[in-house]
Amino acid sequence: MTELTPGAALEPLTYEITRADLVAYAVASGDHNPIHQDEEIARAVGLPGVIAHGMYTLALVGRAVAAWTDEAEVIELGAKFVAPVVVPAEGAARVTVAGTVGERNDDGLLALALEITADGTKVLGAPKVLVRA
Amino acid sequence: MPIDASLVGRAFPPTSPVPVTTEAVTAFATAIGGGATDAVPPTFPIVVTFAALQDFLAAEQVELSRIVHGDQRFRYQRPVVVGDELSATLTVTGVRSIGGNDIIATSSEITDATGAVVATATATLVHRGGAA
Repeated sequence: MTELTPGAALEPLTYEITRADLVAYAVASGDHNPIHQDEEIARAVGLPGVIAHGMYTLALVGRAVAAWTDEAEVIELGAKFVAPVVVPAEGAARVTVAGTVGERNDDGLLALALEITADGTKVLGAPKVLVRA
Repeated sequence: MPIDASLVGRAFPPTSPVPVTTEAVTAFATAIGGGATDAVPPTFPIVVTFAALQDFLAAEQVELSRIVHGDQRFRYQRPVVVGDELSATLTVTGVRSIGGNDIIATSSEITDATGAVVATATATLVHRGGAA
């Protein structure tokens, strides 16, 4: 657990996503959109290949927040999906969640200012995380 | 097929209740690379939110493969716990067209078995147009 002082850097955490993870996530979440499974369908609708569910990437943010805050209660969590995370047929995509501790608001809730990248490309825009910590 | 802009403001019927079981939470947590747990991941309510989105897309005869998730935000009133039974009621809050794509904004109220609001989920869906 990181010291949650405003401005403190949060240790970057990197997670891997494989095609098998996407299959398991589709079953667990109910999101069976074929763009997350089938290369041909993904390309047919103009995507660069099989992409991770946006919510998979946001779930990794949730994991990072839990790790940094010792599983603090999450009050707000969200982001824009600004670039796809392409998951190769072999190997894995790597998503890194990094950032700093933000300010505490009037209700005592703590914001985290995060950057979420895959191979150096920003994949989540305007991420918002608010925790009771 | 473009999305009908007159949908804005329409609330769709609540989803069937989704029970939050240890098995469901463990499957979700394992899929995102964690282990077996009773701690419910904060994005777990996407399960019932997605059910509401899917009901909406089916009602509007929109093909799921043409949908890309644009934005998703949750605001929680309390943590979701094992034993909860969640339903989501989706309202379309906006439809606009940009460069041949329709951008559909939605807000879903996630309630427990007593009807109390557990979380509000807002989502933007991008309906990719173009030749089928």
